[in-house]
Amino acid sequence: MQAVSKKRFSAGDLFIYGIIGLFSLACLLPFWYVIASSLSMTPGFTISNFTLDGYRYIFSTSTLTRSLGNSFYITIAGTLVKLFFTSMMAYALSETWVPGRRLVLNLVIFTMLFSGGMIPTYFVVKGTGLMNSLWSLVIPGLISPFNLIIMKNFYQSIPAEIKESARVDGCPELTLLFKIIMPLSTATLATFGLFYAVGLWNTYMSALLYIPDSNKWPIQVLLRQIVYVSSSIGDEAAVESEVALLSTNIKMAVVLVATVPIVCLYPFLQKHFAKGIMVGAVKG
Amino acid sequence: MKPKAASASGGNTLSRRIWKARWFYLLMLPGLIYFIIYKYIPMFGLITAFQDYSPSLGFLGSPWVGLKHFKQFFGYGSFEKLFFNTLIISLQSLLWSFPAPIILALFLNEVRHSAYKRVTQTIMYLPHFLSTVVVCSIAYQLFSVDSGILNVILKSLGQEPVNILMNEASYRPLFVGLGVWQSTGWGTIIYLAALSNVDVQMYEASMLEGAGRWKQMWYITIPSILPIIMTTLVLRLGDLLDVGLEKTLLLSNAINRNVSEVFDSYVYQRGVLNGKYSFSTAVGMFKSVVGLILVVTANWLSKKLTDEDIY
Repeated sequence: MQAVSKKRFSAGDLFIYGIIGLFSLACLLPFWYVIASSLSMTPGFTISNFTLDGYRYIFSTSTLTRSLGNSFYITIAGTLVKLFFTSMMAYALSETWVPGRRLVLNLVIFTMLFSGGMIPTYFVVKGTGLMNSLWSLVIPGLISPFNLIIMKNFYQSIPAEIKESARVDGCPELTLLFKIIMPLSTATLATFGLFYAVGLWNTYMSALLYIPDSNKWPIQVLLRQIVYVSSSIGDEAAVESEVALLSTNIKMAVVLVATVPIVCLYPFLQKHFAKGIMVGAVKG
Repeated sequence: MKPKAASASGGNTLSRRIWKARWFYLLMLPGLIYFIIYKYIPMFGLITAFQDYSPSLGFLGSPWVGLKHFKQFFGYGSFEKLFFNTLIISLQSLLWSFPAPIILALFLNEVRHSAYKRVTQTIMYLPHFLSTVVVCSIAYQLFSVDSGILNVILKSLGQEPVNILMNEASYRPLFVGLGVWQSTGWGTIIYLAALSNVDVQMYEASMLEGAGRWKQMWYITIPSILPIIMTTLVLRLGDLLDVGLEKTLLLSNAINRNVSEVFDSYVYQRGVLNGKYSFSTAVGMFKSVVGLILVVTANWLSKKLTDEDIY
């Protein structure tokens, strides 16, 4: 490696470093635009006429705080619930000697290949009484088959001797799970918890389908409403004049508020997600 | 000793094994119930595609109409447009967002300053975690006709403003471009991991032979990550009909509807908004069946090409 890094910085290097730099800049600039515009009277890449009016405005009513509350609630509670059921099933499926395991596994895999689609699922959600409930964002997608299988592979990779020696000592199965297996799998649980948390925070489509009541909207739906209706773009037939007057700094402030929690999680995400994706790639 | 051994081997009968596994069944049960209710009952619900479904009569009580909805869908002319739109946008996305991460990963692999590599990677992964709504909202702001930065610049240069958001011609480039922006950085991870496994000795040997950087890339690096490239490509081909419902709904409007409407958004429009349940279920079913055929074919292809079964 030493010898390599002593090489001269060639034209090829310049090209490669340049392309990478440009692409990173392209990824970063829109964020900067959002931040700068949310703090300015006139939108742009520079902060001109600094103002906090955008933030003052969006927090002046309870609409945004309520929506944020919905999103936080569903992200935290939903992640715990999804993680609980996913890991439980994954653990059970990791025991290769259990009769019928292959059948259950195939049932799960088939749902990745084929689905009933939007309308039948919509009626099942309705039929199970989840309409207009925040839990309609969690329960219909309770277990991701992809996560389940990767997690199952993880549990399978725990040395059988650990479990066998506990069983020989007369340790009951459920004690074994909670006292021995769970502590061993905290890193895995954290990774999939983050997977689920990002998904839940970014949830849009399910809310659009299952939550007509605007009091229960998660932040993404509210954001869409604020940005689109006030841009008088899209299919909104009647654009309310009040909303149409929302200035750019208000809209950008909402975009930022809807993004900040993800950015706060980002250091953890980057580390664990990259690992998680590799586990999936190797074991798929 | 002998009777005991006999009973132990007898303990391996199926019923004994099932009894022994009772706790595992208990752990499996909630998940299994979930999959049955929210995944398998909707599949059963596909029978509404052959009915004139009315919510008050239910899945079983609604009148049967055979293939009426399928005939209407294929005969009415909307099918060709939807199929074409879906396929075009999907293939264009594939054309741009499939090679982009490979090229970027190859480039990142050449970066020798680890700090530069780390910082740029951190930045390039970020868009992946943003919601579709946030990405589209930023796009709306950047490209809007009156206040968007693009048009502000164009106006200051004395150019005519361009309306990217409400324009048939720019819809696909916008859709594909946002996809490239959001997924390229993150997409490099899988290739970078494969690249880190390439044998360093091969590079050293080729350097002695006088091979330059581009030659090494072409003859060593690319061939060694070719299997993972093929696997990823095959996976992508498997969901050719999934173009991203959220993004489609967020970017489409009355003006670009002609090119933006795809199977999923059509099902949403007709089914959820207009209440044509059976008809849109039929459309959705067609998409699901074609999707299944694609995935099975892709898996078969993958087996042929790389000896690896994806599912």
